[in-house]
Amino acid sequence: MKCIIVDDEAMARVIVEQLCSKIPDLEVVDSFSNAMDAIKFLNQQQVDVIFLDIHMPGFTGIDFVQTLKNPPRIVLTTSDTNFAIEAYEYETIVDYLVKPISQERFDKSIIKVKKSIEVALKTSSPQHENNSTSNLGDELYINIDRRLIKLKFNEILFIEAKGDYIEVKTDKKEYRVHNTLKNIKDKLPESIYLQIHRSFIINFTKIIDIEDNSVLIEKSVIPISRSNRPELMRRLNLL
Amino acid sequence: MKQEPNLVYIKELSAGDIAFEQKFINVLKEEIPLEKEEYLKSVREKNFKRTGDLVHKVKHKLSILGLTEDYKLAVSFEAALNQKDDALKETFSAILDKIDTYCKTL
Repeated sequence: MKCIIVDDEAMARVIVEQLCSKIPDLEVVDSFSNAMDAIKFLNQQQVDVIFLDIHMPGFTGIDFVQTLKNPPRIVLTTSDTNFAIEAYEYETIVDYLVKPISQERFDKSIIKVKKSIEVALKTSSPQHENNSTSNLGDELYINIDRRLIKLKFNEILFIEAKGDYIEVKTDKKEYRVHNTLKNIKDKLPESIYLQIHRSFIINFTKIIDIEDNSVLIEKSVIPISRSNRPELMRRLNLL
Repeated sequence: MKQEPNLVYIKELSAGDIAFEQKFINVLKEEIPLEKEEYLKSVREKNFKRTGDLVHKVKHKLSILGLTEDYKLAVSFEAALNQKDDALKETFSAILDKIDTYCKTL
């Protein structure tokens, strides 16, 4: 997950950076002493979560939240408890941390953020599937030697890029198609498919097990790239 | 009992990360004298809004430095300043002096 910190106090930013450094899959991409600079940054780049101070001179944290068009998850960090009720009126605010923040409390907040992202993915997935149902149903047609072969989404195990071709592996057969990984990715439902490496898209409902840098699907060991691993871990229903 | 500033919270957070501790101390040493100066100026000028903002900023440092009683006083003072009441200005000034002296020992 990528995050930014917005707080007018240098000391508060230093402390939140330290708290973030203890979370393995959380990267602080930048810190800002005022809301305006953060807004400019967010117009250029997306993040998963913002740690936001409420009490800032001129432009408060709440003003900031109201300004964002597509806000990510927001965790408020503040010395005041009396903004809490107002804060929870905003769906995008997932937690409210009162300074000084302990590592234990911060860790709980990260769990809340991750759960919020998971819920959003789950609730958006059926919609996505419904949308695709109206166009495609629950299947994909691939072109092999001028024949259009129907593959059910739930029978595809994974897709591998091989030069100018992609190999679509199902539980019964393997199909070599002249196409790109990007094109097929756009046709697959995000609810069950995930790109875990530049050469692999997997149906993550078919995973048997996961080791450090690879997943096992049937008898195939598929590499996970470092940059895709956090997203895979986020999608899993981890105990 | 009079409380003295300490780095218990920062030590817990650092878990032995000396670079972080030093970064924190540097920020503290840099900000406290400036905030103290600004505070005294805004009190002199009877600028209640600015004084309130400064008390708010320092309030966080009080909690970080384990000064829970002074923190409570800062909360009351910040609320009073909203009502244009600066009766606690001397008491708060003494708290700033205490932190400033502590910073010089770090």
